[in-house]
Amino acid sequence: MKILEKTRFSAIAWLVLVLAAPVARADDWQPSQLMHILSQNKTGRATFVEKKYIGIIEHPIVSTGDLSFISPDKLEKRTLTPRPESLILNGGILTIDQPGKRRMTVSLEEHPEVSAFIESIRGTLAGDLSALEKFYALKLTGSVEKWQLVLIPRQERMRSIFSRIRIGGSHADVKTIDLDQSDGDHSEMVITKVISQ
Amino acid sequence: MRSNRHRLILAIWLATLLACALLIARTKFVSDLSAFMPKAPSERQQLLVDQFRDGIIARLIMIGIEGGDAAGRARLSHELANKLRKTGLFVGVQNGDPATEQRDRAFFFDNRYLLSPDVAPGRFTPQGLHAAISDSIDALSGDAGLILKKLFPRDPTGETLQLLAQFSGDSQPKSMHGAWASRDGKRAVLLAYTRAAGTDTEAQSHAINTIRQIFGSMPDRQAGTRIVMSGTSVFSVQSRDTIEGEVTRLAAASLLLVVCLLLLVYRSATLLVLGLLPVLSGALVGITAVSLTYGQVHGLTLGFGTTLIGEAVDYSIYFYLQRAGQVNPGNFWRTIWLGVLTSISGFAALLFSGFPGLNQLGVYSISGLITAAIVTRHVLPALMPRQLNLRDLSRPGLVLDGILNRATRMRWLPALLALAAGGIILAHADNIWNRNLSTLSPIPKADQELDLQLRGDLGAPDLRFMVAFTAPDEEKALQGAEQAATVLRGLVQDQAIAGFNSPAFVLPSLALQRARQAELPDAGQARQRLRQALVGIPVRMKHLQGFLSDLQAARARKPLLRADLDGTSAALLVDSLLIKRDKDYLVLMPLRAMDSRAGSPIDLDRVQAALQSTRLPHIVVIDLLEESTRLFENYRNEVLLLSELGCLVIFVLLLAALKSLSRTLRVIAPLICAVACVAAVVLLSGTHLTILHLVGLLLVVAIGSNYALFFEVSGQAGTQPERRQMQISLVVANLTTVGSFGILGLSKIPVLSAIGTTVSLGTLFALVFSAILSRGRSGLQSA
Repeated sequence: MKILEKTRFSAIAWLVLVLAAPVARADDWQPSQLMHILSQNKTGRATFVEKKYIGIIEHPIVSTGDLSFISPDKLEKRTLTPRPESLILNGGILTIDQPGKRRMTVSLEEHPEVSAFIESIRGTLAGDLSALEKFYALKLTGSVEKWQLVLIPRQERMRSIFSRIRIGGSHADVKTIDLDQSDGDHSEMVITKVISQ
Repeated sequence: MRSNRHRLILAIWLATLLACALLIARTKFVSDLSAFMPKAPSERQQLLVDQFRDGIIARLIMIGIEGGDAAGRARLSHELANKLRKTGLFVGVQNGDPATEQRDRAFFFDNRYLLSPDVAPGRFTPQGLHAAISDSIDALSGDAGLILKKLFPRDPTGETLQLLAQFSGDSQPKSMHGAWASRDGKRAVLLAYTRAAGTDTEAQSHAINTIRQIFGSMPDRQAGTRIVMSGTSVFSVQSRDTIEGEVTRLAAASLLLVVCLLLLVYRSATLLVLGLLPVLSGALVGITAVSLTYGQVHGLTLGFGTTLIGEAVDYSIYFYLQRAGQVNPGNFWRTIWLGVLTSISGFAALLFSGFPGLNQLGVYSISGLITAAIVTRHVLPALMPRQLNLRDLSRPGLVLDGILNRATRMRWLPALLALAAGGIILAHADNIWNRNLSTLSPIPKADQELDLQLRGDLGAPDLRFMVAFTAPDEEKALQGAEQAATVLRGLVQDQAIAGFNSPAFVLPSLALQRARQAELPDAGQARQRLRQALVGIPVRMKHLQGFLSDLQAARARKPLLRADLDGTSAALLVDSLLIKRDKDYLVLMPLRAMDSRAGSPIDLDRVQAALQSTRLPHIVVIDLLEESTRLFENYRNEVLLLSELGCLVIFVLLLAALKSLSRTLRVIAPLICAVACVAAVVLLSGTHLTILHLVGLLLVVAIGSNYALFFEVSGQAGTQPERRQMQISLVVANLTTVGSFGILGLSKIPVLSAIGTTVSLGTLFALVFSAILSRGRSGLQSA
């Protein structure tokens, strides 16, 4: 039953895509269409490799771990190397836990900057267009097979921290998240979806 | 001759009253609650009392601003905080304003090499530096990396994070529009620490009123915005005000009742005024005695003391009603004196209690009662009109006698009731006494809830577990805190405690600051060691110039003093945990439990044992909750013991005076029954007994013994009309007592209602039981 339902669900999603494709040409398809595809992601698990390019450090700092997402607002980022750490978003509460060191709880409502950054990832994974548009100007390029969504912070205060976020993907899968900081430093995250057994 | 003697007596009386009035005019009346803090017998308890008196708990006022919108509340919060800081009444006002947070950040960052616990031998060797810098780079890989990287060039060894890690676990309030807000975001919250001690109720009251006034007079306040406050000092001011208000109101009501009742019986204003003279004289002498003994009089002593000597109104009632037609006045006065003596024996229990406040009550009531009795005996006869124009009470007297004669046949009743009461008391044996101090508090439930909410909103620390010690000076105090911290860190590692706080976290001792400075290498060494340390680390020296110059600056700077902390939250931390007193410094180090929900989540014995290794003199770890409960329990047990002794003295006294065991038992039996029955009724009503019920029971014995004695003595001697007159006087006296204490019993304040209900009910029982048990055989025969 469940499998059947899932198949039907994907089938509808595909139908929407196929129908939508001829209307929206590859270069001017709308964020709302991408969001519709993304919003079909109910849960997802993936591994990530993140490279931080920080000016004063000669080499990029590499960290790896895994990600999981349960729509609409549960997001976990577990860093395994070089130092275990977990970042858990549950509703409006963000918890950063460094085992044996410190545990920090941040309410997104109180920290709009943190909130803006987290929303860029959560909003994209959940296909939540209105959440994204609250903080960012959106620009979508590419095709369904290979798209790139560029987010530019609307608020001056946030632009002073990071200038843009680039999210790349294919169909409903998010594959890369690049963050450009205003001071020239940047980070790249490559995400590999884990196919559930 | 007789009139000469009267004149002399009146002259002495008036002179005494005048002297008393003069003394009272110069007496200091106080209302701070420290008099009702016990003289603590043990070191731990002394610390507890110190904590109440000097500690941060007593000086903390939590403020909430409600109504309007969040932005408006935040603006009010900033305005209020600024104005309050300017009054000079507060050591500090915190509301999470960006300016203070900015100063805090600057303070910790600028002083990181003096404050970081990791600045220790080995830290600035090439190996130490290598390890610390590698660690910092790993930290950059985390989610906070993009923020931490700003610290890195000047603080590559991560000292700022190390020193801030000491405070992890302290929760901060939520912030909205740059000001602290409650968790639900519906109110802005502030913390104010008063300069005055918490027990200085007058100063606290001034501070609280100032907050209210400043808030009230703030311009362009949004409609509907209001201020709420809580905290120990707010409670003490509030309870003082309610108690004073309630005492005045209820005392006026009961006075009115007594006056009406007496007018009904006496039908003479002169007699009424004269009848009140013993009480008034007693009160004047009582206050004077307290003032002479203690140098000051507590406001509460005045309020309660006057109820305690309310018994003296009875003396004039007995005197008026029984003297009329008395053949043998000697008998009457002997009974009165015996009554006075038994009351004094009861009140003496207060005299030896550990609470200065209760001592005052003891002195007041004993001296007051003696005076009232002397005035009744010697002054009233001198002032009384020759012709007593009393209402003829012989008819009601006959009716009453009939009722009492029938009542005397019900001897089984008191016995049965006492038995039942004993059973009830036994059934409650495990929880007769109230362990929860808050039930004594006159603070309404709603206010207690507000307090809980504000505490939660502010993330106010749970100051239940505390390491405490004293030191002769500030430096020794801070060094002691550092020694204790070494032990406590071990306990944190072993997970015996979750964490702790210390004034030395933000103000290390001079010795430690100098030792840390000594660890910092000089410019040449630093450069060389850093070069060696950076081998294998992807960071170039040129990016770390800020670090090298900061090291040199830290090395050369003067050590931090308390004054350097001004304007930061660190100053408040030091002031609340390092308390300067007359002769020494008190250091408090709050402990955080692993699980605060567990019953006693910290093994205090283990902590205490570990702390012994510091060899700090008199270092103790206390559980404030347990300790304060135990303290009040000790004190209650003490009063209980003293009351029992008092009862024993009363027994011996009666035995000596009545010269017969059976007569003594006849007097005592109804009192025991009355006390047992009141206790049972109170327990049945779901209330647990408190110290005030105990005081109430003492009063029942004191007043009730008069009833029993009169019944008993008149059973032995005296004519029928005399006895009827005596019985009427007892009923009138009892009505005044039941009436006036009954009114007190209606009070919303637990303290007052406890005494009120106990005494009104108890004296009623005492009268009925005395009538049945003490009235003697002659009453039966005449039936």
